[in-house]
Amino acid sequence: MKIPKELRYTKDHEWVRVEGTVAVVGITDFAQLQLGDIVFVELPGEGAMVKAGESFTVIESVKAASDIYAPVSGKIVKVNAALADAPDLINQDPYGDGWLVAVELADGSEPDGLLDNDAYTRLAEEGQ
Amino acid sequence: MKENQPTIFEISKPGRFALDLGKGDVPACDLETLVPAHLLRAKPAELPEVSQPDLMRHYTALSTRNFGVDSGFYPLGSCTMKYNPKVNEDVCRYPGFTDLHPLQDPESAQGALELLYNMAQHLAELAGMDAVTLQPAAGAHGELTGLKIIKAYHRSRGETRTKVIVPDSAHGTNPATATVCGLETVGVKSAGDGLVCLEALKAAAGPDTAALMLTNPNTLGLFEKNIREIAEIIHDAGGLLYYDGANMNAIMGLARPGDMGFDVVHLNLHKTFATPHGGGGPGSGPVGVKKPLIPFLPVPVPSFDGQKYGLDYDRPSSIGRIHSFYGNFGVIVRAYAYIRAMGPEGLRQVSEDAVLNANYCLSRLREDYHAPFAGNCLHECVLTARNQKPFGVKALDIAKRLLDYGYHPPTIYFPLIVEEALMIEPTETESKETLDGFIRAMREIAAEAGTDAARILSAPHSTVAGRLDETAAARKPVVRWKP
Repeated sequence: MKIPKELRYTKDHEWVRVEGTVAVVGITDFAQLQLGDIVFVELPGEGAMVKAGESFTVIESVKAASDIYAPVSGKIVKVNAALADAPDLINQDPYGDGWLVAVELADGSEPDGLLDNDAYTRLAEEGQ
Repeated sequence: MKENQPTIFEISKPGRFALDLGKGDVPACDLETLVPAHLLRAKPAELPEVSQPDLMRHYTALSTRNFGVDSGFYPLGSCTMKYNPKVNEDVCRYPGFTDLHPLQDPESAQGALELLYNMAQHLAELAGMDAVTLQPAAGAHGELTGLKIIKAYHRSRGETRTKVIVPDSAHGTNPATATVCGLETVGVKSAGDGLVCLEALKAAAGPDTAALMLTNPNTLGLFEKNIREIAEIIHDAGGLLYYDGANMNAIMGLARPGDMGFDVVHLNLHKTFATPHGGGGPGSGPVGVKKPLIPFLPVPVPSFDGQKYGLDYDRPSSIGRIHSFYGNFGVIVRAYAYIRAMGPEGLRQVSEDAVLNANYCLSRLREDYHAPFAGNCLHECVLTARNQKPFGVKALDIAKRLLDYGYHPPTIYFPLIVEEALMIEPTETESKETLDGFIRAMREIAAEAGTDAARILSAPHSTVAGRLDETAAARKPVVRWKP
């Protein structure tokens, strides 16, 4: 199970990669392993506002449909449109091609409050 | 058995027919003279043309691929797949019921109306409610009806309440119903013991709370023992309590949602009251309410003035109709026959035996399968595949392997809060021998995980079709015969 050092995490198993004023958001390797084969991603619209802790999309796997919660607040500036045809990208490459959305951060310091690699590793290990 | 049973269209040969209708004894005339031209087909419909033996063999072959409670044990958790007594099928086909027209004068349908009226009374008594509508067509429809009634109630008091609190162990239909009703769902986490966390509930309840939707026993098969406190928290906030009756089979004659503090209840006749479930026929999800909510019940309400039965449409606060006519009448007749045959003591014994059977399964399987919650369960039990996971065997694989033993698998991956969940609801209608056979199969699979995991991972081996590619079926569904 991969947990990259440079990313920030939530207890709900989303990850965030900060690129300037934008945060790229996805779900973790742990999350995709738990979900199993992903068959559908309900992509939000570009320009939509998201609020930290609130559900902004739904990922459907062969096991269940799961809410995905926004790790940060702000405006969605880009959506990974490739997921519409290839939702399995999340299974194959959760931290790369399987990213979900890019969010223009309302508060640049918000990601600092998220879990770091160590804290998330402990959480994921407890969950196993 | 052939894996690829051809469709009825594929065995069709031009000119063949199953029945010789002979010559008509009325004069033939052109269709154009009877039907407006724009409603006629441009070319004839492509109907299959087969002989009677081919027709019978085709559908008989298909019917043998079905699996239902009449073919074997069906311990699908939270679905109450109990045996459906056949006498109920007989009763609902009495000509006095089947020859009625729903629009005929109530005066001439007194027996059917008496049955509806009595049925509502019986269900109200069982649930501890003051009145019941029989219209909803199934559980989720009952939820919709219940939330609409709750919304109408708040509106009548000049209040706008927009949030529905739903625990994380709830049935998926609960948050879905709230959304369909234009309300917002607020999730509440379960505590470590699998019950609603009271602190989280207190934090979630407030002046915007319309209702709490709860199943008791909950989907883990555990009784929410703090239900009175839960009801107090919601009522103090001005909200109402909705009881999802999916698990009513655990408490009939033993406890009543109304006495626990619930204001609205739906019951599933196709679960608890032994009417056919799933592909076997339409469902029925009557909704019971406490007194302050009676004005909002759907119209018409079956009535009785002491002498005659009727249909009361004069209800200005009603949420309106939610089903054509009076609900799925045939299903209601079956369930009525069941209730009358069982009687109060019989229904209590149903629940006692359902709970006994589930605990028997739990206690005999918890050595081989991890049980996430200590103590006893009610009418269903949750186990997990945690002990088998190190061998690469998951809940799905165990479910598939059970098919080789001739059992319908339990519910898997639900409730969502339990990893690799296997949820077993044996119901009261199974004998000890049947349960022992199922337990033996489950134990053999658990042992096989350690010795021959590959055999489980490639299961089923004895069914017409082997392991299906569920992922491809979901990602690229083929939903028509001809592309």
